[in-house]
Amino acid sequence: MNKRMKLLQILIPLTALIIFLGLWELLVWVNQWPNYKMASPGDVWPAFWKFKHLFLVYGWQTLWRTVAGLALAVVFGTLIGLFMGMSRPVRDALYPLLVGFNAIPKATVVPIMALMFVGEYNLNTILMAFMISFFPIAVSVSIGLSTLEPEYRDILRALGASRFMIFRKIALPKTLPEFFGALKVSATLAFIGTNLVEIIEPHGRGLGHLFDSAKINSDYPLMFAVLIALAFMGILLYYIVVVLEKIFAGWAERSPT
Amino acid sequence: MNQGHSKDSTAESPLIKLTSVSHTFSTATGPLPVLDGLTISIAEGGFTAVVGPSGCGKSTLTRLIAGLMKPDSGEVWLHGEKVVSPLSTVGMAFQNPVLLEWRSIVKNVMLPLEIVAQGMPVLEQEERARYLLSLVGLEGFEDKRPSELSGGMRQRASLCRSLVHKPDVLILDEPFGALDAFTREDLWQIMHTLREEEPFTALLITHDLRESIFLADEVIVLSGRPARSQYVLPVDMPKKRSLDDLYTAKSSEMLAVLREQIKIAQGNTASASA
Repeated sequence: MNKRMKLLQILIPLTALIIFLGLWELLVWVNQWPNYKMASPGDVWPAFWKFKHLFLVYGWQTLWRTVAGLALAVVFGTLIGLFMGMSRPVRDALYPLLVGFNAIPKATVVPIMALMFVGEYNLNTILMAFMISFFPIAVSVSIGLSTLEPEYRDILRALGASRFMIFRKIALPKTLPEFFGALKVSATLAFIGTNLVEIIEPHGRGLGHLFDSAKINSDYPLMFAVLIALAFMGILLYYIVVVLEKIFAGWAERSPT
Repeated sequence: MNQGHSKDSTAESPLIKLTSVSHTFSTATGPLPVLDGLTISIAEGGFTAVVGPSGCGKSTLTRLIAGLMKPDSGEVWLHGEKVVSPLSTVGMAFQNPVLLEWRSIVKNVMLPLEIVAQGMPVLEQEERARYLLSLVGLEGFEDKRPSELSGGMRQRASLCRSLVHKPDVLILDEPFGALDAFTREDLWQIMHTLREEEPFTALLITHDLRESIFLADEVIVLSGRPARSQYVLPVDMPKKRSLDDLYTAKSSEMLAVLREQIKIAQGNTASASA
């Protein structure tokens, strides 16, 4: 029974994926679209295979910089969320700043950063991944902490527990489900950040660069192959977060009965 | 005998003593006095229930005794010491069992020991927690998560948690208020078992008059807001009680007295807020 459920958990998304690819192929075939309008999965695979070495090298560059940016976002987002969640004045002070910052289209920040850190391609890219992805983490941690029911605090405070102790024993673990929810959003956002830099400021690295080269060479199937590689890495990172969530906040999941 | 207003000490040296405690909250609509010269004392080993109209400052009273807030005037004494900040010698249970969802039941019960008895070996902590859980009939559920338990079972675990560090004072803020009638009566009996095995001094806040006379040695009726001690009823029942004791003529008489007093208190609130 349990084994069957586990198998289904893998089979269902896999089937959905295959159906999606089939429909895509069908759509292109029915409309007889040329591949500069839309490449079909049948065209994309050869394009990928031809440049599979580049995909590995560039894919890795994109991946590690995205993960580094996301890690920064986790550290800073959690810290900011912590201060905002524990103190009302800090929350009131930071919210407009954060929202304003988040509202700035990040594409416009790319050239500014390119001038600020000339030639520091890794740093630029990581910073962009960080900037675009820390907001959901900060907000969710802040909300998780500020909505802690007072009774939870009282049971420990009445015992003379310090603020730090209350945070470690109660506030922190209680916020984990919200934190992981935000991390799922942030993980995919971080990819957007990395690729913004890689596409707008091509510097010969990452999948964004491969996309740009494909565009210049009018290699449309390759462009689509890059997009799918990005989607694939996004899914990969998402499932890594899911596994971490199961380990650290698995208690929050209720089995449907 | 059961006459008299704001009767003072019931013993030579009370464990908990409040002397003319007053407190006023400042709200958006102006100052809201909740306690007005409240004087209460509870002897060591005593069990006092506090009843009164809703919103009359009962929960404020629990927070004052726990040292979670300070009164505007008057003093709170515990063990002959003035309470100015939280003391680790208090155990609390609320209407909401506030169990930590990420911990097993036994780990939830151990929580206070992690704060006040940090030197205690973990095995001993766990043994103590398991012992208490067995007293309240939660054997076999020690390693379950709170979400796997019923409301009544969670409240039992919450009671164990409030007692695990052998507190001097047990503060119960309507812990049975959200339970169905039968579960509630189960828990009343468990309270008697606990009191026998793990003697404590308790202050119970409740809306349920039957609960107050079934559990307490003394029932204090608070007047409407701002609250003062309006009436004190010594409960005339054997220490070992069964639910049948609630259906005797004597119990009916006590309940009638309390109901009468509550009506008076409600009248006070109505005229005060009018």
